[in-house]
Amino acid sequence: MRKQQELAIEVRGVGRVYGDGAGQVTALSNIFLNIRQNEFFTLLGPSGCGKTTLLRLIAGFDFPTDGEILLYGEDIAPLPPFKRPVNTVFQNYALFPHMTVAQNIGFGLEMLGKPKHEIAARVEEMLALVHMEAMRNRKVMQISGGQQQRVALARALAPKPKVLLLDEPLSALDYKLRKEMQVELKRVQAETGITFIFVTHDQEEALAMSDRIAVMSHGEVRQVGAPWEIYDRPAERFVADFIGETNFLAADVISIDGPRTRVRLFNGTLLDATYPVDLMPEGKVTIVIRPEHAQLDTPSSTAMLNGQIEDLTYLGTDTHIRVRLPDTSLFTIRQQNNRVGPIGFSAGDPVSLNISEGAAQILKD
Amino acid sequence: MTERARQAASAAQKKEITNRWLLSAPALVLIAVASVGPLLIVLLYSVLAPGSYGDVKWELSGQGWFNVFLSRDIFDDTISLADAHVMILWRSAKLAVITTVLCLIVGFPTAYFIASRAPHNRSIWLFLITIPFWTNMLIRGFAIQEMIRNEGLANTILMKLGIISTPIQMLYTDFAILLGMVYVHLPLMVLPLYASLEKLDFRLVEAGYDLYATRLKVLWRIIIPLVKPGIIAGSILVFIPALSSYVIPRILGGGKNLMVGNLIELQFGQGRNWPLGAALSITLVIIVLFAMLYYVKNAGKTGGGHA
Repeated sequence: MRKQQELAIEVRGVGRVYGDGAGQVTALSNIFLNIRQNEFFTLLGPSGCGKTTLLRLIAGFDFPTDGEILLYGEDIAPLPPFKRPVNTVFQNYALFPHMTVAQNIGFGLEMLGKPKHEIAARVEEMLALVHMEAMRNRKVMQISGGQQQRVALARALAPKPKVLLLDEPLSALDYKLRKEMQVELKRVQAETGITFIFVTHDQEEALAMSDRIAVMSHGEVRQVGAPWEIYDRPAERFVADFIGETNFLAADVISIDGPRTRVRLFNGTLLDATYPVDLMPEGKVTIVIRPEHAQLDTPSSTAMLNGQIEDLTYLGTDTHIRVRLPDTSLFTIRQQNNRVGPIGFSAGDPVSLNISEGAAQILKD
Repeated sequence: MTERARQAASAAQKKEITNRWLLSAPALVLIAVASVGPLLIVLLYSVLAPGSYGDVKWELSGQGWFNVFLSRDIFDDTISLADAHVMILWRSAKLAVITTVLCLIVGFPTAYFIASRAPHNRSIWLFLITIPFWTNMLIRGFAIQEMIRNEGLANTILMKLGIISTPIQMLYTDFAILLGMVYVHLPLMVLPLYASLEKLDFRLVEAGYDLYATRLKVLWRIIIPLVKPGIIAGSILVFIPALSSYVIPRILGGGKNLMVGNLIELQFGQGRNWPLGAALSITLVIIVLFAMLYYVKNAGKTGGGHA
């Protein structure tokens, strides 16, 4: 368990509205976030959700219309970007094309007026950190996309920012390089101990890298939590739907027992479900169950649900099976192919489903 | 490769080269007829002797070139430096350089302003920049004359406001020439600068701010190096016509303050010394050539690769 740590960034009631009158567009409304020191914090959401706007407010390229942004307790919202100890890795790197790799990395320190020998030493340190020593005298146009990415990271880290902002830095890389850079970013973060705020629309990337994730949509933060909380305990339909594949089932609340609620499915099966802390479950609710949290079996009267296989999709590591339930809805199961060969079911087979203990979560809406 | 294949390849290559020459023929003809030809005629005239009523006598003579920098005293035949010509060339170069610098100082913020507007508004601003081109330069010259003469708009306003009690002599000074030249040549600076600034990736400017560069540092270390091609192009486009200005110094300089363009005109007109005029013209071409070579070489040194 992480110890109670100092807050690096506190976002308090921040809003950003563009234009005025009838043409007013709200990009962000009433955002509250606490980002801890040394944390790898991710802002996750579809394009247009306001995650990049929030990052730009923290960087200082834009200014909030409401609220304040505290950096270690000090309001930085009105400061221009060159007065904030915060640096950014830009989506398309924005490396200076008229400078060499080393000049790019040293630029921030030079602007801070550091002595030459100190800049040179720090540049060497950064080159080593991102394994780019051999490229120090290349122009940035002469190196590959992955290498530019490393230089951009080194350039932003060189002035030792209190917080590093990363605006979809991996989106321009191909799949394999992206995976490599994910590991690389985690390593650099661990080595430097700098707080990272990472923006992405890629949920897989967010789950793989983050200490905590804030899921955003339509200019609002929908849920903040550790990757497993976001994935297994989504608070609302948007979060459950945006991250991974999900099954939604209608249920009735029977009783509440501490953190667990007893619900009844459409066929009378009783099930324990968890629920968000700020919700008082009652009446008709929607529960969510991840495809890998249900097991397929031969038909049985003691099973939680019975149905018929609609179709199967073989995916190498897993097989996806869609089961048609008696209430005509489809339930997706992901089963790991832990034995060689076909899984032994085919479309049209009658099957039963069992849901893992603690897998069901009640949604707010 | 077999012998036949090699022959076929070399034949195809020859054909390709012939085709290229054919395709560029119109441009080559145009360059020959409109640029190289006239220049050769001027070069030829510069080594002929002057005729009594203008024109040239068809005999070789070094007189024209001799007179560019030297003069022979009409009484005792002593040879001395042609002070007047050197002075005029120096003055022209000086005024052209100042004009270029002033155009850059005024033109850069203008171009930056236009490039930072929303895309659909930019064309309106560019359109406004080109409006002065619609009027004859002579008329624009007279308009400036009207504004800055002793009884003109500027002096009247200044006197009404009580800032000055007697009119300031502005017309027929270097100030008037510079004002006119900057006004006339400004669009030639703004347009190439705009073309460069428009391509500038403003995220680089943000990256500069993010890395603790103040506005001035961002301008100096990021924007200017990246738009250097535009600065070079604009400076060349302004410097060359400014150096050989004729109409503006004539109208606003009052004929006393000659520039080299006026001096050349004088030789073909009242001076009736076409060979000297031709030699002065070639001298000007050579000066421009060397100035440009020097400028481009030095400006290119510090980078500016935006390609």
